[in-house]
Amino acid sequence: MSGTSASTTTSRISSFVLLVVFITLALSLVALIFAAALVVGYFNVGNDLTGAYVLLALGILGIAISTYVLVETRRRLSKLKIVVPPVMTTVECRKCGVKNVREFQRGDYIFKETDPCQKCNDKMLITAIYREVKEKEKERFPF
Amino acid sequence: MNIILALMGAQTKLAQFGDTSITWILNILFYVIFIVFIFYGQRIQMYVMLREVEVSLYKLKFIKEEGRKIAVETIKEIGKPQADPTDKVDRFLEYFTIGPQNLDPAGVVWKLEHILDVRDTRFKDEVKSMAPASDEIQVNNLENTLEAASALNFIYKVIRHYYLLGKKTLSLYVIMQIQMILPLVMREAEAYASALKAFAYGQPIGDGAGALVAAKLMHGYETRKVAKDCVVATVPYEGRTAFVIKAEGPGGNVGKPGDAIKAVIEENEGKIATVIMIDAALKLEGEELGEVAEGVGAAIGGPGVDQYKIEDSLLKYHISINAVVIKEDIGDAVSPLRKEVFDSTDKVLERVKQVVVEKTKEGDKVIIAGIGNTIGIGQ
Repeated sequence: MSGTSASTTTSRISSFVLLVVFITLALSLVALIFAAALVVGYFNVGNDLTGAYVLLALGILGIAISTYVLVETRRRLSKLKIVVPPVMTTVECRKCGVKNVREFQRGDYIFKETDPCQKCNDKMLITAIYREVKEKEKERFPF
Repeated sequence: MNIILALMGAQTKLAQFGDTSITWILNILFYVIFIVFIFYGQRIQMYVMLREVEVSLYKLKFIKEEGRKIAVETIKEIGKPQADPTDKVDRFLEYFTIGPQNLDPAGVVWKLEHILDVRDTRFKDEVKSMAPASDEIQVNNLENTLEAASALNFIYKVIRHYYLLGKKTLSLYVIMQIQMILPLVMREAEAYASALKAFAYGQPIGDGAGALVAAKLMHGYETRKVAKDCVVATVPYEGRTAFVIKAEGPGGNVGKPGDAIKAVIEENEGKIATVIMIDAALKLEGEELGEVAEGVGAAIGGPGVDQYKIEDSLLKYHISINAVVIKEDIGDAVSPLRKEVFDSTDKVLERVKQVVVEKTKEGDKVIIAGIGNTIGIGQ
């Protein structure tokens, strides 16, 4: 499934967005180069540094924005997959109390009689099928 | 060396340009942006919204395609069809049901029931023709899988419709209304996406919590069919006789609990002390998953036919009705059963016991109905 999403990722990013991002990136780099040139001029001729600061700020801002847009677009696309959570089946022997927890297999259902118990040879029973989700730390609300 | 020379050249030109010029450029830039936002602000906002809808639409398309793929693969795997079932699946995904005319509401429940019965028969026939090697349990599971895929297809089409309409008309309000409900729609679509796998594998889902409680009560006792796809077991319970009802598992179906409860009441000539219904209920944000709540009334969802029948039968014999619900959100209701919900079924059993002891006398007869999709739950 994830392979499918990866193979079609590039086709899902709009070419217009890509163009804008790369133009911004190029302009930002040019701004940074000019800023560097002004700094060199400051050391050589003693120019004012205000222009260098402005260009430096613009360059950094441009690079930051275009990188953010690129990363964000890729992050959104990488989310494109159906997550299948692991589902567990509990098999229990009602006679001797032996309990096994294993991964769900097709055909399992709650109260299905399965293979005989290895301890007492009595039929085992599926008593639970569930999925466990590890939730992130919940945001605390005062209400 | 060349780079240093180039930088030297650039700095000389920039020095000629001067700081005043940069200030001027920045000022002009600011005014241009300000004027652009005054005249085109709404349009820019609209394009941002459209872009947001477009991203979600890509996601919906992916989920819908995956749903279709899962349905086709499951049918091929279980049903062993002679021919490729893809065309039939595509046709199934486009099925629709037209609700009855309600200008004259008298008898609309029976008309609705008839239409739903016809739909159900039609769906089952279609699934059987798609998957000839499948047994009844698998037919039910496949039907549920196809219904989930169909729901995803419908959601995708509706969102696409509004997206294209918004793009065509450039109406802010068309785009705005779809953009505003988008997070909720996406949540529902993701829930159906996780339901697909559960239905395809026959795993119990959150909606089956009520049926699971009933199954726990009736396990080990003899069951008999009481209405379409419903079973009842007569269980001695705290000195009373409990008629425990649930949909027949482990295939995915909800049965007709309305008919089942009505039949049991009629069999006992109305001599039922109380009816207790157990179902999964949608929780509000902030409520805990698996929280158990108690109340009165017919705890049953769906189109309303079963609720109507239950209320009608209860009114005829003046029987009280109690409800115990397990709180969960839409995502948990249609995806594989969460451990929290599974654990809360024991709490529900305690509550049911409490209600029976408090509201009835020894020797009374009670009906305990576990409502919900019984996929993956036997009896």
